[in-house]
Amino acid sequence: TSFLPLPRHPGVHLLETVSPALPSHRSPLLQDIRNTVGNIPMEWYQDFPHIGYNLEGKKIYKPIRNKDELDMFLEKMENPDYWRTVQDKMTGADIKLTDEQVDLVHRLQKGQFGDVHFNPYEPAVDFFTHEVMIHPVTNRPADKRSFIPSLIEKEKVSKLVHAIKMGWIKPRKPKEDTPTYYDLWAHEDPNSILGRHKMHVPAPKMKLPGHEESYNPPPEYLLTEEEKLAWEQQEPAERKLNFVPQQYRCLRAVPAYSRFIHERFERCLDLYLCPRQRKMRVNVDPEDLIPKLPKPRDLQPFPTTQALVYRGHTSLVRCLSISPSGQWLVSGSDDCTVRFWEVCTARCMKTLPTGGVVKSVAWNPNPTICLVAICVEQSVLLVNPCLGDKLLYGATDQLLESYVAPEEERVQPVQWVTATVEEHSKGIRLVVQHSKAVKQVTWHGKGDYFASVVSDNSNMQVLIHQTSKRWSQNPFRKSKGLVQCVLFHPIRPYFFVATQRYVRVYNLLKQELTKKLMTNCKWVSSMAIHPGGDNIICGSYDSKLAWFDLDLSTRPYQLLRHHKKALRSVAFHKHYPLFASGSDDGTVIVCHGMVYNDLLQNPLLVPVKVLKGHVMTLDLGVLDVLFHPTQPWVFSSGADGTVRLYT
Amino acid sequence: RLCILKGIYPHEPKHKKKVNKGSTAPRTFYLLKDIKFLLHEPIVNKFREYKVFVRKLRKAYGKSEWSTVDRLKDNKPSYKLDHIVKERYPTFIDALRDLDDALSMCFLFSTFPRTGKCHVQTIQLCRRLAVEFLNYVIASRSLRKVFLSIKGIYYQAEVLGQPITWITPYTFAHDHPTDVDYRVMATFTEFYTTLLGFVNFRLYHSLNLLYPPKIDGQADVELKPAEGKDYAMDSESYLEKLSALSASLARVVAPTHEDEVEMDEFPVEGETAEQMDVRKKEQEALEKHKKLFEGLRFFLNREVPREPLAFIIRCFGGQVSWDKSLCIGATYDVSDPSITHQIVDRPRVEQQVVGRYYLQPQWVFDSVNAKLCLPVADYFPGVLLPPHLSPFVTEQEGDYIPPEKLKLLAMQKGENPDEESEEEEEEEEEEDDNDKEEEEEEEENESEREEEMKLKKMEEQKTQSNKVLPVKVTAGKLRLEDRQRLEQEQQSEEKRLAIMMMKKREKYLYKKIMFGKKRKVREANKLAAKRKAHDTAIKEEKKKSKKARRA
Repeated sequence: TSFLPLPRHPGVHLLETVSPALPSHRSPLLQDIRNTVGNIPMEWYQDFPHIGYNLEGKKIYKPIRNKDELDMFLEKMENPDYWRTVQDKMTGADIKLTDEQVDLVHRLQKGQFGDVHFNPYEPAVDFFTHEVMIHPVTNRPADKRSFIPSLIEKEKVSKLVHAIKMGWIKPRKPKEDTPTYYDLWAHEDPNSILGRHKMHVPAPKMKLPGHEESYNPPPEYLLTEEEKLAWEQQEPAERKLNFVPQQYRCLRAVPAYSRFIHERFERCLDLYLCPRQRKMRVNVDPEDLIPKLPKPRDLQPFPTTQALVYRGHTSLVRCLSISPSGQWLVSGSDDCTVRFWEVCTARCMKTLPTGGVVKSVAWNPNPTICLVAICVEQSVLLVNPCLGDKLLYGATDQLLESYVAPEEERVQPVQWVTATVEEHSKGIRLVVQHSKAVKQVTWHGKGDYFASVVSDNSNMQVLIHQTSKRWSQNPFRKSKGLVQCVLFHPIRPYFFVATQRYVRVYNLLKQELTKKLMTNCKWVSSMAIHPGGDNIICGSYDSKLAWFDLDLSTRPYQLLRHHKKALRSVAFHKHYPLFASGSDDGTVIVCHGMVYNDLLQNPLLVPVKVLKGHVMTLDLGVLDVLFHPTQPWVFSSGADGTVRLYT
Repeated sequence: RLCILKGIYPHEPKHKKKVNKGSTAPRTFYLLKDIKFLLHEPIVNKFREYKVFVRKLRKAYGKSEWSTVDRLKDNKPSYKLDHIVKERYPTFIDALRDLDDALSMCFLFSTFPRTGKCHVQTIQLCRRLAVEFLNYVIASRSLRKVFLSIKGIYYQAEVLGQPITWITPYTFAHDHPTDVDYRVMATFTEFYTTLLGFVNFRLYHSLNLLYPPKIDGQADVELKPAEGKDYAMDSESYLEKLSALSASLARVVAPTHEDEVEMDEFPVEGETAEQMDVRKKEQEALEKHKKLFEGLRFFLNREVPREPLAFIIRCFGGQVSWDKSLCIGATYDVSDPSITHQIVDRPRVEQQVVGRYYLQPQWVFDSVNAKLCLPVADYFPGVLLPPHLSPFVTEQEGDYIPPEKLKLLAMQKGENPDEESEEEEEEEEEEDDNDKEEEEEEEENESEREEEMKLKKMEEQKTQSNKVLPVKVTAGKLRLEDRQRLEQEQQSEEKRLAIMMMKKREKYLYKKIMFGKKRKVREANKLAAKRKAHDTAIKEEKKKSKKARRA
């Protein structure tokens, strides 16, 4: 209650205005202690004992203040006028404010005027009226220029007139008053449709959202942690969904989608920057793509099941051959033996150690002769296996012995050596010694001639031998590349030589090249001829099988890519329309290959059976395939050291 | 800008190298005739005029010639896109087909803030057109599907047989991305607003409605604030009243309620009676769908998005209202006893009024998609909602169908498997529990027994082998030939062999198709497996909680 609020703004004025008035009040009572320092900050006198000078120029000393806190407090408590006591800064004396002064302070604090009698709301006296009076306010005479037309205006007007005349200034265009929207398609005129509109490709619509876009999708559409991680690591363009499915418990919890504007913008870009094209979607039933082939059931007979396994070889069996009667089978292997088997019982009748890896065996196709040609390293052995009819193999021996050496010795590319006694007892009758390793031997259909292939780069690669005369010749003058295999035509005097990429057909009578077949393969591995003699199949190491129709073209009639790995051998059946191919993937595929006598009808090729059985060893599967001469059976020899018969 | 307005798009050349001077770098190619076509467009001159106008204006500003500025502004050149719309869409159906993007864009622009990104007039125009379209959809009852996605709300309406789909964002402020060119979007919007305006005009007239739309007189009176306190401006509040979507629109001709003439039926040639029946049924189902909410009175709580819900409910014939302070156009109060459904989106409701359902908003959406009023029990406030499925997915054979959809399909056919199955499930569960425990015990016993038997046998064998010679003949097994299986194997082998004989190109195609099919199957299986795992997890949790409760 005793607190006097320190005057903020008006208070300063108050003290300054009030203080000079004080002495006038009190001069008769008190001595005149007017300070003469003027209007200066009183702090300047802080460190002095006096606070200014009186009219006589004498120092006014500060009143002695020896009141401590306690005295102050006591005074505050006891003095009833303490609240209206103010210290005069100029004199340092305590002054008690009068009632009028306190009133003034209160009024100023309320924002009222200082003077009690001042009325701020005096009635206003209007001394100008809105009514027009008869007398002017001023008595000044009018200017001359107010009577004559203005030259400047005239100039401006004439300028405008000129501009209008010249057409520089145009009248304002009338505002169009057609409504903004009207029935635009009121008259749909089919003729007004532009031609280009027919070519227009409408933009595809946006994809409609699926379940996963729902704010509360079924739980299976939410991404797991791994899927989320995978999603984050994917390129934005590769993502299947352009958002992460999320689940919210209620609609209230769904936030704004931050990429909304982005997606609209991307759609805009798509609309005007993406090339449009009508793409014909392939809408085929995949079942329709599968060619309609005759059912294998209707193409019987063909081998379907594995019937016998000929075990005995200890290493991979490279080659097979069968006697013309179909009773005996010969196989050559890497374990340096040749084994003779009885076909029906799988019994090994004979084992002939050869002292070298057997590359190829060939049974003489002449049914009256019992003779087998075997390639062992650098020589071709002619072996009489002494199997079957005794008369038959006796006759063969006699035939071989009836040879009379010609009188004059002819120069031969090979040496014909008669077997020694020891060899004779084994069955070997003749040894044809070549200069280099022999890799293939094949008989002519009549059984007198046979051809051998030497692994060499010179023109000495292919040699043709005549058994009855023990005479050999080199048919080629020049080498045409690495010869892979050779073959005699079954009926006509043709000779087929397969190099890496081509098959050359030579006429042996005319001694000329008849045809050159393009195989379209990288490396031919084997070759077989249809018994009719007009069709050839070639197997290649790039897992293709090429069927040539010699009457049709020098290019393959069909390239079959049935195997997954390199083809090792191919074979035709003598009577049935069957051919087989053996491959490194361990399968033998038997196909139906019907050749028609009618020249207009192309051969029909249908795969009929995939035969499996051989175990993969050393990444090799089937090494040789061979058909039985009379039955629809197929033999296959494999890298697992077995020969298998499928019937 | 011209390409956007005229709808010119690039083309992919047939021989890319030939066109691109030997390089295969990606470039956009336009047809020469397209660009020549642009040359003849009269609007090009208008654009030039506008450019000149801007230049003059800038100059006048620079020189502080205010009178010139005024004069120029007075003569501001303007252009119209009417003829371009007509040219691009020669028939009205063409325009309707392309309306999807236009609507989505207008709805997006109408939610933009009135600051900076584009002209305020554009935003207002977009808002107006969007509201007009919504009002048309309500008046024609052509809404078919709705979907709450995480991106926004999808709507699909069928206008004159054309499905029109659009998306509206949720009503939150956008954080405007910096890598978006707003000028491109604005150009598109300029065209779309013109298109939408004309389409709206035509649509309104097809329904005999006034355009620009007027609120029905009777409703107008109702909408007038009762206290006589006028809103700031009538013109502004009019759009707001329209956008409240609560009042029907005025018609040119007063509607007669007996105008539902039965359509004559003309059997299409080659159509059997069955097909006719199917069509008739479809028609009836559609009519029923249109009147889905007829006679129901909804009240929207203030936490529920008002506009989409009001729009949907009105589209299907329901009556809707909201709190008076929320938006203009509220027609009745919360305390109205005739309210049948109150849409609520908070965990629980205090002070429930008897005689109305308190439901979460998803019920409205799911009911519309299901074409029937779904049972309300799943949608009470605070209940864990069933999944919200997309109505746009039509599952083909072999696709994965979520179990909820299966249930829904069954319900649409008229079965009511829901309650029964649930009860059964519970019973089954209990039974399962008992069974399993028993089984386990039994299994243990059995396994013990088996082991004993085995041991015995072994011992016997040992004793026997000691006595008898080690040679023994094992009895052969009779192998039964399964004919069907054999046949199948044979067929598959035949197929394999035939595939081997396919041509290279066809084989490639075949493999591609088969790969696609397999992938589809794989995905479906994956989803099914995920679902199964999820369900079992939930079941186990339930069991645990049950056990805990029992304990």
